[in-house]
Amino acid sequence: MNFSCGRGAMSITSSSAAWKPADAVADQFPAGLRVLVVDDDPTCLMILEKMLRTCLYEVTKCNRAETALSILRENKNGFDVVISDVHMPDMDGFKLLEHIGLEMDLPVIMMSADDGKHVVMKGVTHGACDYLIKPVRIEALKNIWQHVVRKRKNEWKEFEQSGSVEEGDRQLKQSEDADYSSSANEGNWRGSKKRKDDEEETDERDDTSTLKKPRVVWSVELHQQFVAAVNQLGIDKAVPKKILEMMNVPGLTRENVASHLQKYRLYLRRLSGVSQHQSNLNPPFISPQGATFGPLSSLNGLDLQALAATGQLPTQSLARLQAAGLGRPTAKSSIPMTLVDQRNTFSFENPKLRFGGQQQQHMNNKQQINLLHGIPTNMEPKQLDNLQHSGQSIGNMNMQVASHGAQNNQNNSLLMQMGQPQSRGQVLGDTTVSQSPGHPSSMGQPILSNGMAANFASRNGIPENIGGPSYNTVSQASSTLNLPLNFPMNHASELPGNSFPLESTPGISSFSSKGVFQDVSSEIKGSVGFMLGYDIFNDLNQHKTQSWELQNVGMTFDAPQHSSSLQDDLHIMQSVSVQQGSTVQMNGHNRSAAIASKAMFSAGDIKEHGNAQNVNQHLNNLVDNARRVKSERIYDTSPANLFPDHFGQEDLMSALLKQQDGIGPTENEFDFDGYSIDNIPV
Amino acid sequence: MERNPLRRQLQMMRKSFFDQGYLDDQFVQLEELQDEANPNFVEEVVTLYYRDSSRLILSIEQALERKPFDFNKLDAYMHQFKGSSSSIGAKKVKAESTLFREYCKSGNKEGCMRCFQQLKKEYATLRKKLEAYFQLARQAGPMETACRPK
Repeated sequence: MNFSCGRGAMSITSSSAAWKPADAVADQFPAGLRVLVVDDDPTCLMILEKMLRTCLYEVTKCNRAETALSILRENKNGFDVVISDVHMPDMDGFKLLEHIGLEMDLPVIMMSADDGKHVVMKGVTHGACDYLIKPVRIEALKNIWQHVVRKRKNEWKEFEQSGSVEEGDRQLKQSEDADYSSSANEGNWRGSKKRKDDEEETDERDDTSTLKKPRVVWSVELHQQFVAAVNQLGIDKAVPKKILEMMNVPGLTRENVASHLQKYRLYLRRLSGVSQHQSNLNPPFISPQGATFGPLSSLNGLDLQALAATGQLPTQSLARLQAAGLGRPTAKSSIPMTLVDQRNTFSFENPKLRFGGQQQQHMNNKQQINLLHGIPTNMEPKQLDNLQHSGQSIGNMNMQVASHGAQNNQNNSLLMQMGQPQSRGQVLGDTTVSQSPGHPSSMGQPILSNGMAANFASRNGIPENIGGPSYNTVSQASSTLNLPLNFPMNHASELPGNSFPLESTPGISSFSSKGVFQDVSSEIKGSVGFMLGYDIFNDLNQHKTQSWELQNVGMTFDAPQHSSSLQDDLHIMQSVSVQQGSTVQMNGHNRSAAIASKAMFSAGDIKEHGNAQNVNQHLNNLVDNARRVKSERIYDTSPANLFPDHFGQEDLMSALLKQQDGIGPTENEFDFDGYSIDNIPV
Repeated sequence: MERNPLRRQLQMMRKSFFDQGYLDDQFVQLEELQDEANPNFVEEVVTLYYRDSSRLILSIEQALERKPFDFNKLDAYMHQFKGSSSSIGAKKVKAESTLFREYCKSGNKEGCMRCFQQLKKEYATLRKKLEAYFQLARQAGPMETACRPK
């Protein structure tokens, strides 16, 4: 027997060890696919393991669902696909499926000797990507890699779409120069966006098909952030874009959020029948909290706690709300979510190297900078569709706005939105918003793999994203982050006064964005900013002159301090990091929020390079200030400035904070751009 | 050479399992998984199956004696048992399991009990046959016993 799952599955190590170099992995794919098999029947387990090994997959076996979950949580990004039996003594296979979908967003294949239509249908409705009838033949297992690729491809696509939109917008912004009023810009953006989309999408599509998008790993923290965001928005108004904004996770795409939201909604639906579920729900989400946020400042910790606490509530309310109907097409996108996405995007790159290598490259080639930018934008369109979120366009817009010019404080909203799209993809998948509070750090994970972030950093050099230098920093940062937010973490400490953002990023970096890479690259600009938060700031500050960045950074820290906004802070932080570029732009009001976001992203970088747009967007998303962004549009036409004002962060922070209080006003503003920077869910 | 006759005997025995419906193609799948790294894979799996499923058989027996009759529980046990049996290719045992579940679903206690007796018989018969088979395989030598061209 090779590995038996036990707590702390040792078997997992082998898989991680085996797949370090992305290139190697990519070439051998699907060999090396990391599979987790869960079945209480030892005979079947043994046979499956042997079959999977014969297919050259890396197998970890488990005979209990709880063990499987803990293994998955301990090794975020440690697996590519899960195969689970339906009937198990300790936990129903479908329940496990839900958990995995919500927390890690991995493709799950169900299997059973039961081939009744009802059961198979259940698998479908619970989100299983395939259903195998026992006895399982090796031929059936040989092709399970398709589910991994498909999932990534879809995520990527979402990411790209939102990203490309943003890209288009961004470019438009830049060219147009500064100071757009949101409404005005909107029009412009839309036009350019479309053009851009086509181009970008084509490019990205090509890559997408060949690349494996990093998958966003919905860690507990991330999920909690998501849940918090959803709760804040209200389940019926929780649209991916807004959630993304609220989560404000760098690298998280709207698509990520959207798919996560979908899962979450399913989950809640089921929960509403079982009131006690929440307790089950929460613990898992909360558990890995501390893990990713190593360097998290106490603040973050606080936030986490707060979020966690909050998360619990939202779950219930969410469940209730679910009945009311989810997915209201609110224009608001929760910025925090975006940030998360971005982060995920970033984190994704690294972890997902193995199969996502190509994607990463793609990303780099394409739009490295777009990471941030792309993420949100891609998400935007998708999320909108997913969540019928009208605001998504706004989100995209925000991204663009953000990238264009961090100059406008008002761009905060945009930034926020930017953040959103990214996260959307992942986050929205499951409406696990309620969970977010507990784990902002976890947010980072699922959505963007640190890899992404790291990649950006390393790859970039593209001034586009963050302006060369900033990226470099990012890369450095990201590498450190890796897994869980590589980037900002390192630098975070450097940044003065940035108590948090970076720290939180680690969690974020752990995101493994599923397919976010591509978008990320495009969005890197924005997203990089997020993750890097600090790094970017450092860099930015150095080369950039964005004074606000620094300020923002500092400001962001302030923001989190709001008592009520603990959660928000977290989000903000995360989102800030992601949105740094974007949020910075947020209006003054959300200063605190902006700051937070800035800190996250070292917005400075973002701004400078034009990622600012992305960043700004993200930030915007984070911050309630979305509204503000609208009017202010901080875009920096100059490439370097993502954060036109110090504001960005501040705005973001305040926006975020505000969100807590009431998302109302901000949302409106955000909408203008088409990105709803919805208040950053605090 | 002794091996040849033994090997021939082995092959004939194996063929009879399929011809008489004791094993199905899933068993072939197991054989194909056997390689140098796991030269006794099939035997290991079958051993594991019998060890694990005997637990289930016992549980079912106990449940059959309990009053009131819990069809759901019986069905659940049998579902598990069926899954295991099918994964090693135990065709007749699997068929009896399916029948048992049908009786459970229709609430036919008598049918369940009759069916279970038959199932135990098939289960024991297969066990004996496979034990003899593996023993012969060991005697016949380590050569690729179940090797078949892929």
